[in-house]
Amino acid sequence: MSRDDVILLGHGSGGRLSHELVSSRFRPKLSNPALDAMLDSAVLGDLALTTDSYVVTPRFFPGGDLGRLAVCGTVNDLAMVGARPLGLSAAFVLEEGLALDELDRLVDSMAAAAREACTSIVTGDTKVVPRGSCDGVFITTSGVGRLQNGFRPSPERVRPGDAVIASGTLGDHGMTVMACREGLALRGGLRSDAAPLWGLVEAMCDAGLDVHALRDPTRGGASQSLLEIAHAAGVRVVLEEAALPVRPAVRAACELLGMDVLQVANEGKLLAILPAVEAPRAVDVLRRHPAGRDACVVGSVEAGAAGCELHTALGSRRSLRMAAGELLPRIC
Amino acid sequence: MCLAIPLQVMSIDGSLARVGASGLELTAALDLVEGVGVGDYVLVHAGYAIQALTAQQARETLEIFEKTEGSAGTPP
Amino acid sequence: MTPRERAAALLDALRRRRGRPLVFMEVCGTHTMAAARAGLHAALPDGIRLLSGPGCPVCVTPVGYVDHAIALSMLPGVVVATFGDLVRVPGSRPKSRETAFPTLVRARAGGADVRVVYSPLDALALARSQPNREIVFLGVGFETTAPAIGAALLRAADEELHNFSVLCAHKTIPGAMELLASSPDLRLDGFLCPGHVSVILGPEPYEPLARKHRLGCAIAGFEPAEILRGIVSLAEQADSASPRVDNCYGGAVRPGGNPRARAAMDRAFEPCDSVWRGLGMLPGSGLAIRPAFAAHDAARRFEVRLPEPVEPPGCRCGDVLRGVLDPAQCPLFGTICTPDEPQGACMVSSEGSCAARWHYRQEPSGEPQ
Repeated sequence: MSRDDVILLGHGSGGRLSHELVSSRFRPKLSNPALDAMLDSAVLGDLALTTDSYVVTPRFFPGGDLGRLAVCGTVNDLAMVGARPLGLSAAFVLEEGLALDELDRLVDSMAAAAREACTSIVTGDTKVVPRGSCDGVFITTSGVGRLQNGFRPSPERVRPGDAVIASGTLGDHGMTVMACREGLALRGGLRSDAAPLWGLVEAMCDAGLDVHALRDPTRGGASQSLLEIAHAAGVRVVLEEAALPVRPAVRAACELLGMDVLQVANEGKLLAILPAVEAPRAVDVLRRHPAGRDACVVGSVEAGAAGCELHTALGSRRSLRMAAGELLPRIC
Repeated sequence: MCLAIPLQVMSIDGSLARVGASGLELTAALDLVEGVGVGDYVLVHAGYAIQALTAQQARETLEIFEKTEGSAGTPP
Repeated sequence: MTPRERAAALLDALRRRRGRPLVFMEVCGTHTMAAARAGLHAALPDGIRLLSGPGCPVCVTPVGYVDHAIALSMLPGVVVATFGDLVRVPGSRPKSRETAFPTLVRARAGGADVRVVYSPLDALALARSQPNREIVFLGVGFETTAPAIGAALLRAADEELHNFSVLCAHKTIPGAMELLASSPDLRLDGFLCPGHVSVILGPEPYEPLARKHRLGCAIAGFEPAEILRGIVSLAEQADSASPRVDNCYGGAVRPGGNPRARAAMDRAFEPCDSVWRGLGMLPGSGLAIRPAFAAHDAARRFEVRLPEPVEPPGCRCGDVLRGVLDPAQCPLFGTICTPDEPQGACMVSSEGSCAARWHYRQEPSGEPQ
C-alpha cells in the first residue's frame, strides 16, 4: 500500500475527490439499480431510503447545530426525490468525555427539527468510543419516505428550455461554519439556513407543477449539484450571475476568505428545474412558504455539450467546475 | 495575495479592534495603522487593518455586497 | 450608477475605442482570479489583452520552500500554521518513499500538525495557548502581507513568545515588474498595478516604469468595474502616448502608501536576493528576517534535512509567469498538469494563471469534470 493511497480531508468535501472516491471505490462493488441512479435518496418502489452522517465542527453555530443538520439533511434528501418523510433513525457515536449537557442540547434540537419537518425519530443507537477516537459526536441519520403519485423529479427529466429556480439565498450555511472555524465572530449577519425542505416540495407538488429535477446544494454547493444534473441529463445549465441571491454578509465573507459562493454548502435551500413556462408560478408558490421567501429564477437549461456555465455580470460566459478538494480560506 | 475588505471599527481594546460590516464581524489588529477611532473604516487583510478609509470609499465597496441581486423572481 | 452599470459603461468605452491592439499585464494573483471569475478576458474587445504575470506569490515560491515547510511539519512538537493557499502545493517529488510527503495536506493525513489559519494573529494565539509546542508560521506573500507578518514577529519578540517563528519567503513585486519591463521577448503596453500592494507602497515605486520604460501604469482595485477602470486608463495612456502612474484606487492608495506598515516591514525584515520560480534570481527582491529576530526565524531555529529540490520535467511555468506563453498552449496543461495533479507553480496555487484558466475556462467542455 503506497503512502499516497490514503483518505484526505478533500475526499469528504463533496467535490471532485468525493465523487471519485464513490465512483471508484464504492459503486463498482455495490452496484445495483437503486444505488447506481445516484439520487439524493434510493428509490425502492414507492418508498425512498437515504442515509447521511454528520460530523461538522463547530457543533453549534448561528442558525443551527449538528443535531438540526442531522435531521434536516436526511429529510431533505428524501424531499429531493419527492418523498414525504415517514420516519428517521438516528445513530450516535459519542466520544468519552463529551459533556452531557451538550448532548442534551443536540437531542433537543433534533426533536424540534423533527417536529418542524412533521416527522419523528423512530429508532436509534448509541455507541461510545474512547477519548480521541472521534471528534465529540458523530450522528448518522437514515430516513424512509413515501413518494407522491405522479411526482417523480429526476435529473434525466431535465430538458433544454427548462428554468432553474433557487428557493433562496446561497452560501449561508457553509460561510457561517467556515467563519466560525476561522474565529470570525458573527452577529446577526451570517446564519446557517439549515431547515427542512419537504414543506416547499409538497407545496410544489400540490400546485401541480411539473418539476423535472430537485437538488439540495449541500457539500460542493450549487455548482456541484448542477454539474451532476447537467451530466446526468446531457444538457447545458446556464446560471445568471446577476440573478444569484446572496446575502450581503455572505458576499462579504466570501470576499474576505476568497470563496466562490457557488461552491459553498447550503442546508435549507433547493434548486428546482422545471419548464420555463411554469417558472413564475413556481416562484410564487415557493415565496408563499416561509422557507422560500427569496425564491427566484437563477438560470436556464440549453442544449449543448453537457456542463454548467455562468453568464457573468459582464456579459461573458465561463464554465463552472467541481471544486477539487476541501474548501480552504485563502488570503490571496 | 490581496484579499481585503473595508470594515467599520466598532470597538477598540489596546491594539486590537472589533470591526464589522454587512453583518460580518471580526477582530483586526491595528498595528499597521494610526489615528483610527471607533466609527472609522479600515481595510482589513489577514486580520490586520492595512489602511484607514474614508466612509465614502468604504461605502463604495460595501455597496457591492449590499446588492442582493436576483430578488425580482422573473425569468432572465 | 450601480457597480454593474459602471462596469458595462467601461466595457462599452473599450469596445468603442479605435486604436492599435494593446497588451497589458497584471501582476497580482488576486487580479488574476478576480478577472477570471468575472469572465473579464472574454468580455474585453479583441484589441485589448490582459496577460497574467508573476503575481501569485505561491506560484513564484521555489519548490524547496515547500519541502522545508513539510520537513518542519514532521518534527515532533511542531505545529505548522499557514494560509490555505499553501497546503496543496507539491514540494519536490520524493525520490524514495522514505522522504517527505508531497504536500502539507498529505503530511497532515500522515499525522503532522498542520493548521490553516486566516491571520498570523491566530498563530500567535496558538503559540500563547500551547507553550509546549513550537508554532511555525509560513510567511509567503508580497507587500500586502509582509507588514502583517512583520508586525506579528515584532509582537512575538515583544512578548518573548519563544515558541513562535516564521519561515519567511516574502518577496517584493516592483523588481519583478522592472525585469518584465526590460524583457526583450515581452511586448507590453502597460501594467495593471496591484491594488493592495500599492496601499502599502503607494504609487511611487511604479514611476520608473512609466518614465524609463514608457509603460503606462494604472493602480486598480479588485471588483470587475475597478479592474476595467484601470484598463480604460491604460488604453488612454497608450493611445495618447502619455505613460504615467494613474491611481485608480485612490480611496485606499495614497501618495507615500502606508508608512507605518512599511516601517513594520523594515523593522522585521531586510532585503535579500531571492529566487523566483520561473524567473530566476532577482537581486534584492526578497525579504529575510533580520538577525535581531533570529530566535523567531524558523530557518535558523530548526535543523532539518532537506532533499535536493527537483523541478518537474517539461514544466513551462517560467514562460507562463513571464507572460510569453498562454496557459492553454502549455503541452502539459489539462493533460498531465491539472489542479489535482499539478506539475508546476502556475497550476498549484488557487491564484496561478493556469489554475485560473482551468477553473474559469470560457470554452464549454464536454468531458465530465
